Amino acid sequence: MQELSLNIMDIAQNSIVAGATLITIHAACHGDRLAVEISDNGKGMSEEQLAHVTDPFFTTRTTRKVGLGVPLFKMQAELTGGMFSIDSQTGIGTHLKAEFVTSHVDMIPLGDLNQTILLLITCNPDLDFVFIHDTDETTFTLDTRELREVLGGEVPLNDPAVTQWIREALEEGESRC
Amino acid sequence: MKSLAELQAIREKARQQISVREESDDNIRVLVGMATCGIAAGARPVLTAIMDEISKRGLKNVTVTQTGCIGICQFEPVVEVVAPGENKVTYVKMTAEKAVRMVNDHLVNGNVVSEYTIGANAK
Repeated sequence: MQELSLNIMDIAQNSIVAGATLITIHAACHGDRLAVEISDNGKGMSEEQLAHVTDPFFTTRTTRKVGLGVPLFKMQAELTGGMFSIDSQTGIGTHLKAEFVTSHVDMIPLGDLNQTILLLITCNPDLDFVFIHDTDETTFTLDTRELREVLGGEVPLNDPAVTQWIREALEEGESRC
Repeated sequence: MKSLAELQAIREKARQQISVREESDDNIRVLVGMATCGIAAGARPVLTAIMDEISKRGLKNVTVTQTGCIGICQFEPVVEVVAPGENKVTYVKMTAEKAVRMVNDHLVNGNVVSEYTIGANAK
């Protein structure tokens, strides 16, 4: 992966596959630390699955024997001297946290997180996303449940005018570290 | 600061327009492979290009969805087009530029871009 925002998209994809209806992505940049947390209300994992989830040669898929998304994300956090943790409960959901030391030589850039968020929302208009981005100076929050309330059931979140609104809102929030 | 009032205006405008969104049989489905392999190979700019071009052209009969790994990781980014009454078309090693041409030639004009398909690229 060339940027962390691609890893984040990959991890969020797991939540979508797990049947989540609400996915929260929280990026916090403070000093030379970047913390990324992703939580969902999907079907969760059993203890056995959770124990193996960071093993690249473990996957729940039956079509192949490797699952690289979570192991890659963990590796990228740990390479910078950061940490990685994941909790999950069957029927409740999954919560994952990765911390990066941004000044480390092995830190890859966060990249275009706005594009990741915009695609997740517009390609999954029936799901809800909460995106929070903190820096030392600002906090930006985008909650699709709020947008949905204003739009009613009449206008979907992937309507071109709504997409444009979300794009501009994200640009104002400027989610780069 | 973007305000929710703007969204309210979008809703009002949509209400005034006569809905032409029929649940039609001519709905084309576009599937973009967004598993780890697809994303690492560059699927995100491809997906963005497809979404932008569809929006620019105001195509109402196209649904774009993300899909997982379909098992041909060496050909990622992969885009599948499923149109009613036609064979599924699998485009491989896509880029944002190729995706724009695919939308225009295939989705708008109905001409498959043969040179981007798996048949032309698998050796």
